[in-house]
Amino acid sequence: MSGNQPPLFGSVSDVADRLAGVGYLASTAVATTVYLADRLGKPLLVEGPAGVGKTELAKAVAEATGAGLVRLQCYEGIDEARALYEWNHAKQLLRITAGQGAESWDETRDDVFSEEFLLPRPLLAAIRRTDPTVLLVDEVDKADVEVEGLLLEVLSDFQVTVPELGTISASRRPFVLLTSNSTRELSEALKRRCLFLHLDFPDAELERRILLTRVPELAESLVDALVRTVRVLRTLELRKWPSVAETIDWGRTLLALGLDTLDDDAVRTTLGVVLKHQSDAVKAAAELGLN
Amino acid sequence: MQTSVDAAGYGLPGHLVAFVGALRRHGIAVGPGETVDAGHVLSALDLVRRDQLREGLAAALLRRSGQRQSFDTLFDLYFPAAIGAGTGEVDVPRLNDTAHGPVDIDALRDVLADLLRYGDTAALADLARAAVDALGRSGAAGTGIRGDGGQPSWSAYQALRVLSPDTLLARILDQLRAGRPPPGRLADEVQRREVRARIAAFRTMVDDEVRRRSAEIRGRDQVERHAVPRQVEHVEFLTAHAEQLAELRRIVHPLARRLASRLAVRRRHAKRGAIDMRRTLRRSMSTGGVPMRPSYRTRRHGRPELVVLCDVSGSVAGFSHFTLLLVQALREQFSRVRVFAFVDRADEVTRLFAPGVPTAGVMTRVLREADLVAFDGHSDYGNAMAGFAERWGSAVGPRSSLLVLGDARTNYRDPKPAVLRGLVAQARHAHWLNPEPRRQWGSGDSAALRYAELMPMHECRTAAQLAEVIAGLLPA
Repeated sequence: MSGNQPPLFGSVSDVADRLAGVGYLASTAVATTVYLADRLGKPLLVEGPAGVGKTELAKAVAEATGAGLVRLQCYEGIDEARALYEWNHAKQLLRITAGQGAESWDETRDDVFSEEFLLPRPLLAAIRRTDPTVLLVDEVDKADVEVEGLLLEVLSDFQVTVPELGTISASRRPFVLLTSNSTRELSEALKRRCLFLHLDFPDAELERRILLTRVPELAESLVDALVRTVRVLRTLELRKWPSVAETIDWGRTLLALGLDTLDDDAVRTTLGVVLKHQSDAVKAAAELGLN
Repeated sequence: MQTSVDAAGYGLPGHLVAFVGALRRHGIAVGPGETVDAGHVLSALDLVRRDQLREGLAAALLRRSGQRQSFDTLFDLYFPAAIGAGTGEVDVPRLNDTAHGPVDIDALRDVLADLLRYGDTAALADLARAAVDALGRSGAAGTGIRGDGGQPSWSAYQALRVLSPDTLLARILDQLRAGRPPPGRLADEVQRREVRARIAAFRTMVDDEVRRRSAEIRGRDQVERHAVPRQVEHVEFLTAHAEQLAELRRIVHPLARRLASRLAVRRRHAKRGAIDMRRTLRRSMSTGGVPMRPSYRTRRHGRPELVVLCDVSGSVAGFSHFTLLLVQALREQFSRVRVFAFVDRADEVTRLFAPGVPTAGVMTRVLREADLVAFDGHSDYGNAMAGFAERWGSAVGPRSSLLVLGDARTNYRDPKPAVLRGLVAQARHAHWLNPEPRRQWGSGDSAALRYAELMPMHECRTAAQLAEVIAGLLPA
């Protein structure tokens, strides 16, 4: 691992500017932690409700720095073979059959456990890359506790040990971003290796700007009304609060329907776009006086 | 106290260590490794940008989402935005336009109403700062003249009482509506809620400001000890106020999800039992008799029935409510849940906790719709349990776990332990959750110690403690 690789970003405002350049509007919290993660060379653990742009952040960092994005999508039951590396059994068998009779056992054994027969999975791939890399470990809370143990070695030393080949160290440290919906508590050991960012719903001003960037055709007065209504919805006790993604969907829906003001009727007909549970829609309608 | 005195001699790193110490005292576990990270953060950031410093330290020191509120309050104490009155843009109007005269409350309220109408957060913060300063130094008009020589006193209660921002709501809304076409009902409601949220935010600003000024006089350590809000999981049920209870309700589902996923892990591990010889050999047929894939005997887990018997009298209402919501959220973990509530008579309220029934206001429905009071509405454990055993005694069977929630304060009436002993004997497991601190059990009219002889009794003062106990009770 090269200790002194040049940092990706120059300052916190540089982070904000470059992310904005690729269409990701970052709050102070986001810009600061991304800057620090890069400077301190630590993985960044992003937690928060669904649809606030956790995965988007990784993509934006990759795009803004011209790095390649390597993504490991976690799910229940993911294991070493899916996350780290796997031996290409079929190819090994072919190789053994092809060399039958002509080679000694030692030669064959040394040959089939070489780089050629290694199938790198995202973690190993990210470590072996020599170009700038952003490694996204998505929804790490879905993976089992055992996988966390696997991540520990990768995230603290940026190296992977393959018994037959030895230890492979990163020639260039990737920028690592882990996301979690906190469906379960991650282990302390993993958390301690990361910087922590709780990504919450953006403030009104930022959300307005996000909406304008994503759906530029919307009139500003409508954007304002949308964002204010969504923010009020988030103060209600709902099963699922509308997130930024839903605000954007709502904006697109209104645009598609050709509505240019957010009056009672417009909300009544399109509320389903932002509130995905029937009980939430009923409750919101009652509380906001739509019935 | 000692740490901060010592640390003060070591400049910025010492200050950071003192700050970390304060976080630890408020239940945020920060290890030395994180403190070192925070040190790196200090050196990597531009310290003039306070907002970046706050986010940077949070990134290095915090590990969970619920810790942010305590962190922010402590950050404001240790890294204050200003010293003394600071320099703000907003001037507080005084009577007769003198520089230090009593504050002209009506004029001040006008200024406040204007700022609230436009929702200018920065100006509101300035106003909170100036108003607390002026009211603390000079007092309000009509409350007696306070000279310059007097000791200033900072009080959020006093400031908010004279300003009474809540009473401005109607006025602000009228001003907003004036001269515009009548908006729809939705727009109107949205506006009302927005202004209400701004008023609430202003109240917090005044609180923060008072805390900061008090820290300058009384010393940071003392303010930190008393005035920093606890993390909601460590709030005691019995002393929680309405706002904290609302916040507690919000963590029910995350908490239940965490418990459930912990159980799932426990189950997955338990699934691997002893090797099933017969099935392993049978399987090995396809691999030429080599047992490549061993087969394990799977264990079956019976999901227990749960019978909850719950004191809902006023003194423990917050606790029972929260616990019942948690049980409801964990419903999938049990094959059958029956909920009984009592004050001095027991009644079944399972239907009110059915899945899909809205959880808001469920406690008022319990008190309104169930028949819980026989005499005077003071809790009477003996009588309630006797009634329960008589009418629903058969609900407690050899497969059911009995969960009793309450403080066991029976108003000096007969606790009838024999009835409870009978119920405990019928049940497979029995546990009592008591929201009172252990040292108060058995004092006064509490029959806790007598009941504790019959069944295990757990102290459950906070959501964190409750989660631990529930995790221990759940099937695995």
